Amino acid sequence: MEFANPQEGLEKFRSRLGVAAGFVLFCFFLLFARFVWLQIFQYSYYKTRAEENRISLVPIVPNRGLIVDRNGVVMARNYSAYTLEITPSKVGDLEETIDGLAKIIDIQAKDRKRFKRLLEESKNFESLPIRNRLTDEEVAKFIAHRYRFPGVDIKARLFRQYPFGDLASHMLGYIGRIDTRDEDKISDQEQDDNYRGTDHFGKRGIEQHYEFQLHGITGFEQMEVDAGGRAVRTLARTAPVAGNNLTLTIDAKLQGVVEKAFGDRRGALVAIEPSTGGILALVSMPNFDPNLFVDGIDTQSWQELNDSPDKPMINRAVYGAYPPGSTFKPYMALAALEYGKRKPEQGINDPGFFNFGNHQFRDDKKGGHGYVDMYASIVASCDTYYYMLANDLGIDNIAKFMAQFGFGQRTGVDIPGEAEGVLPSEEWKKRRFKKPEQQKWYAGETISIGIGQGYNAYTPIQLAQAVATLANNGVMYRPHLVKYITDTRSGTQTMIEPQPVKAIPLKQENIDVIKHAMVGVNKEGTGARAFAGAEYVSAGKTGTAQVFSLKGSNYKEGGTKKELRDHALFIAFAPADNPKIALAVLVENGGFGAAAAAPIARQVFDYYLLGKMPKGPAGETEAGDGD
Amino acid sequence: MLRQLWYRLISPIDPPLMALAGALLFVALLVLASASPERLPSQLINITAALVIMRLVAQSPPQRLMHIALPLYLFGVLLLIAVALFGDISKGARRWLNLGFMRIQPSELMKIAMPLMLAWYFQKREPLIRFRDYGIAALLLLVPVALIAKQPDLGTAILVLAAGFYVIFFAGLPWKVMIGLAIAAAAAAPLAWSKMHDYQRARIMTLFDPESDPLGKGFHIIQSTIAIGSGGIFGKGWGQGTQAQLEFIPERHTDFIFAVMSEEFGLIGNLVLLVIYAMLIARGLMIAGNAPTLFTRLLAGAITLIFFTYAFVNMGMVSGILPVVGVPLPFISYGGTALVTLFFGIGILMSVHKNRMLVQK
Repeated sequence: MEFANPQEGLEKFRSRLGVAAGFVLFCFFLLFARFVWLQIFQYSYYKTRAEENRISLVPIVPNRGLIVDRNGVVMARNYSAYTLEITPSKVGDLEETIDGLAKIIDIQAKDRKRFKRLLEESKNFESLPIRNRLTDEEVAKFIAHRYRFPGVDIKARLFRQYPFGDLASHMLGYIGRIDTRDEDKISDQEQDDNYRGTDHFGKRGIEQHYEFQLHGITGFEQMEVDAGGRAVRTLARTAPVAGNNLTLTIDAKLQGVVEKAFGDRRGALVAIEPSTGGILALVSMPNFDPNLFVDGIDTQSWQELNDSPDKPMINRAVYGAYPPGSTFKPYMALAALEYGKRKPEQGINDPGFFNFGNHQFRDDKKGGHGYVDMYASIVASCDTYYYMLANDLGIDNIAKFMAQFGFGQRTGVDIPGEAEGVLPSEEWKKRRFKKPEQQKWYAGETISIGIGQGYNAYTPIQLAQAVATLANNGVMYRPHLVKYITDTRSGTQTMIEPQPVKAIPLKQENIDVIKHAMVGVNKEGTGARAFAGAEYVSAGKTGTAQVFSLKGSNYKEGGTKKELRDHALFIAFAPADNPKIALAVLVENGGFGAAAAAPIARQVFDYYLLGKMPKGPAGETEAGDGD
Repeated sequence: MLRQLWYRLISPIDPPLMALAGALLFVALLVLASASPERLPSQLINITAALVIMRLVAQSPPQRLMHIALPLYLFGVLLLIAVALFGDISKGARRWLNLGFMRIQPSELMKIAMPLMLAWYFQKREPLIRFRDYGIAALLLLVPVALIAKQPDLGTAILVLAAGFYVIFFAGLPWKVMIGLAIAAAAAAPLAWSKMHDYQRARIMTLFDPESDPLGKGFHIIQSTIAIGSGGIFGKGWGQGTQAQLEFIPERHTDFIFAVMSEEFGLIGNLVLLVIYAMLIARGLMIAGNAPTLFTRLLAGAITLIFFTYAFVNMGMVSGILPVVGVPLPFISYGGTALVTLFFGIGILMSVHKNRMLVQK
């Protein structure tokens, strides 16, 4: 290619300029088409994306509802405190930062451990507390040094507090940081949006069962944020709505009386108002301090609670299933009357044992009780009478009758973790065991069912519900802890119940026979010593449940290891003619029910009916005859 | 007297070119006042310096430019070699040469030196340009381009390559050679891919699928595209662009300033800008068409197309149809270096236009 002629070269050059101009126009048209596409056709899409960039919804966590007892005594509340929080994603070297902070503010090893645990469980971009409840002085100190700690800040947060510490801890439960199981529950309730910003969730007890009542409605602040996520200004604000307040049927003072009465013994007590099913006290001992869990429990305290042989984290009142022992006898007697198998005045001669097949069932009392009618069988707690009765009734009649009182079924109390217990029957055995030879019910097994042993296993709350139903002449209420729920916004109160679950078809004359005999227990029988001098008429029944069967040798209270000692039980209600309170007490490995459990009931009744404060833990009375 | 002085001052200045460049500078200041008002004073200084240089270049006759073409080119290549040997590393690239009292970026010099050199070369070969002259020109072009690409500075390498190629193109490179080159380039693409730096590859990848890495490499493109799209037809208004004001647009005063303008002034604003660029380019091509010598023709044509290349590559990358390479929006992006280079080019165009009646020799 050569340009020989300048004129020709100029023409050629100009044609190339034309090509270039065309190319430029083409490219600019391409750009313009792109702009039209983005700014006209895709406009609304990008507009939305720009808005999403710009606007951030910042949740405002609502105040959690209060929990108060039936008299308005606050059992769970919130208080505001300063926390020192670290946002790990904004901090370079965490260890170094914490070491630096420790030089100004007291940060202990357990704070570090707890922080580490929170860090492992945390979502991204979350700010996590390294220290809670800063003093004003500490706040001032940190603020002076704040510039040295990017990603560390002081925040005012609401904390849950249980002012009575370990009182009623099993019943109240506690709140702790949300874990994956809680997240599932939140999703199941379609509450995800409402829990944005919420760190805590009810664990155990009332706090768990009524979580969605207590939580409230999260408010939102619409913030304009920049690319760094910093808030520039507030665009709109929706105020949060505080959670509903719960008023319990519990009497906090009574609860305190019971827990004191137990002293350092293990066990459970459930006291119910028979006419409503409202639970007056629900105790499981030992208990724990729920406040420990609110900030995230430190490892050491957690291990102590978990490893303790006393198992303080188990709510024995609803989860522990125990043989009822002789407290089963009044129901057995009532069954006999209802089925027409016994008349009240009909008696037996108790030689001190009952032979069935080639097995001898012994009575507690050597040589037997002699002539025993129904009244005496309850008052003196005669085993032989009930061996024979059980044999006469047969297992299926017993199971059918006892089921009416709720034995072996969850009561439906409004706290989680209730156990079912075992109401033995032929059918239950078929379900329970796999091998055919184990599935068969042997008639001999029925005998010990009659005195509340064998496969029998019921929770203290079932025992309490049964005795309350008996006290209430067969009209059964669902035991419950929350009396009413108060909507914090409108102030409206929603009553929970009391609607009777059912009325067991029983003859009043039969009930009267049993009640009369139970009054006799506390007047002249196994409960007489515990109730000596009481200013009211009470009805009760002692019981002793074998933890371990001691074949062939005599049971000696003092001579057996503590863990193998019998459980002491007592069921009671008072006043006998117009029951205001019914209860079931269990003292684990307490020995005789008359000695260990009945005195606790005495203190409870004295306080509830007469307002008498006990002087100290319920002492063991000396064992009377039998259990 | 004063009037005479003023007349002498403006006499080398081409009014249409000046008006168009002035319009662009006005847009630049307007958008910068919204994107980064604190930078206005220093940009005014940059503009003043660039205009002074433009005026100085505009009054120099093309012959003087011819005289400096070869020395400038050799000096530029030497500096590039020096950079490769002793250059400062910044942001993972070796682009700067520290002279002790100042740091310079020699690759910027090549944007002007390259078309000067090649135009000078073809002028020397006139009237008998042989086929091998294109080969020699290509060699003169590729050595500095390779040095720049090696730094690595893909954006500048592309601009220098384009500048040199435009000269060769206007000098009459046969179409069949260009078609052959295009085919060869397509065939060599896989090889080039393998030679690229990871960040360069990533930029190309994110072009095709920016959402694949929304927080990392795709972030720039996603945010600038959102800014443009959400501007709509009329824009959000000056100072009202949320993407710009809340700092979602990265580099919003430099390479991505177009996204700010586009968000706040919308499609109308974009159209106005495209029209101004088109008119500027048209004026440049007109000057080239009327230029008296091969040197001035080639130089004017190439410089005009460099303006186009800046504009197209920048707007293309910000709107997501070209990969992200560091090319500023001509006359509008904040920064002195590019502005000086661009007004140097404007000055050359003015000089060529003023001297269009001169006949060689």
